[in-house]
Amino acid sequence: MRTIRFLLEKEFRQIFRNRAILLMIIVMPTIQLIILPLAANYEVKNINLSVVDHDHSGYAQKLISKVTASGYFKLTGYNVSFKEGMKLIEADEADLILEIPQDFERNLVREDQQQLFIAVNAINGVKANLGGAYLGSIIRDFNKEIRSELLPISRFNGAAGIELTSSNRYNPFMQYKFFMVPGIMAILVTMVGGFLSALNIVKEKEFGTIEQINVTPIRKHHFILGKLIPFWALGNVVFTIGLLVSWLIYGIVPVGNLLVLYFFASVFLLAILGFGLLISTFCDTQQQAMFIMFFFMMIFILMGGLFTPIDSMPEWAKVLSRFNPVSYMIAVMRMVILKGSGFKDILPQLGTMALFALVLNTWAVINYKKRN
Amino acid sequence: MENVVIKTDKLTKRFGDFIAANEITFEVKKGEIFGFLGANGAGKTTAMRMLCGLSMPSSGTATIAGFNVYKQTEDIKRNIGYMSQKFSLYEDLTVLENIRFFGGIYGLSNRELKSKGEELVEQLGLQKEAKKLVQALPLGWKQKLSFSVAVLHQPKIVFLDEPTGGVDPVTRRQFWDLIYEASAKGITIFVTTHYMDEAEYCDRLSIMVDGKIEALDSPANLKKQFKAASMDDVFYQLARGAKRSD
Repeated sequence: MRTIRFLLEKEFRQIFRNRAILLMIIVMPTIQLIILPLAANYEVKNINLSVVDHDHSGYAQKLISKVTASGYFKLTGYNVSFKEGMKLIEADEADLILEIPQDFERNLVREDQQQLFIAVNAINGVKANLGGAYLGSIIRDFNKEIRSELLPISRFNGAAGIELTSSNRYNPFMQYKFFMVPGIMAILVTMVGGFLSALNIVKEKEFGTIEQINVTPIRKHHFILGKLIPFWALGNVVFTIGLLVSWLIYGIVPVGNLLVLYFFASVFLLAILGFGLLISTFCDTQQQAMFIMFFFMMIFILMGGLFTPIDSMPEWAKVLSRFNPVSYMIAVMRMVILKGSGFKDILPQLGTMALFALVLNTWAVINYKKRN
Repeated sequence: MENVVIKTDKLTKRFGDFIAANEITFEVKKGEIFGFLGANGAGKTTAMRMLCGLSMPSSGTATIAGFNVYKQTEDIKRNIGYMSQKFSLYEDLTVLENIRFFGGIYGLSNRELKSKGEELVEQLGLQKEAKKLVQALPLGWKQKLSFSVAVLHQPKIVFLDEPTGGVDPVTRRQFWDLIYEASAKGITIFVTTHYMDEAEYCDRLSIMVDGKIEALDSPANLKKQFKAASMDDVFYQLARGAKRSD
């Protein structure tokens, strides 16, 4: 135990002497939490729309003005032919083409039926999807309006309509920041913890100081613990800063218990630090460690359910995500902060995370070799 | 046998096809200053790292302070000090903090840490620098500090890998004073060097060429054996035939 005390004393001294690290620990979470949630917004606005109007009728005009009045679309072209509309898409000036066929108004009035055509530029998948959906719903709306106009007695119009209303539980106004902030906090803790620990032992290898350690009778698990504990404390500091920033700036107060939140974050930190230390024991230079950690970070983050829900991933990806500690952290953050989940609700995730922590740290101890 | 603290028998280290240390056999007696000479790339550091438990031997046996080099490395480590070729104390800790850290790891009590720390700082004349970061010290002082930290826990044997490389003659002289002092306290010294004047300070010498020990005796006997006027001459005669260098 006394050995660990000396190790901790040394690690903390080195950390507090390293201005760059301290700055990173404080500034990084603050800046990222201020910038990312505002920018990472799924709500798509300013979709560039090109209208190809073959009809030039009153209804066509009405439809166009309804679409542009929605605020989601920007009319960037009003063309006579579809070819010209396509040119705009090719020049990346339009995301969507709405084609209004000839005799749109006449057919609508006389034959009670008309088709519209939408062409979507699917290069930007999210924009295309949402843009198409928005436009579809605006047109449906428009359809209902003119129906009631043309057939004032709705009772006889035949088609029964089911209308859907929904309420968004736990995030009533569907504010993306409520959704993003807890996730981004998970990422922050992951990044700070993962990189600090991954670079640390390798740094000692690069500087040669590890030789002086290896020639002492120090126990391997003492050495690893001496690295784990300081970063674990730092990780909790980052997490606290994250909670403070999201409260001060976004007014997000966890609905659930703070203790539950901290408890899970602590176990998660042990897991991700263990992973970093494991990488550190495999690498000889900080450069190697950095690249390997980056590789895993990308996968952890992009497949962690922060941006795209894991449920909509293909089956193999879902299986993979079970081995991604970050996905559990993001899920639990959202559960506790937004939904107010308690200790019992997060028990399965907690168990898995504890297993991660145990396996990764044991592996790191085993893989740290005092003799080669 | 009580008197032998290092004993190796055909100790060998291979890296693939390359034999860094080839069937090294020698003994070092308690209290000796044993010089371990050889040209660059001769395999000195490899051999020393095996003896310190930093590198796993490929074959052969060795006993350090009575402990087996394969199975009892942690016991060996409790009984030896080591100073590597490259300065490897923490540059971002102060002189006193380094002493405290390594002393603490070796299990010195708080009182010992305090008294040893003060004693050491005084002995090295580092009173003014005690609270400065080690990175600010000149190389010669760093090396003296390294040595003092290596013998802080009063090991039975201390291994020094080119401790005076790149150090000025005055500091080298002071460094050897420290070595003699440690030797007087009964610590066995195992030292590698490229300086032949330093070789003369040793009780006995071995000279390695291409991974093998080609000569082993006291400086005086070696000079006689090779009919040489100086150690320089002895070393030259042996190392001239070397095929390896770095």
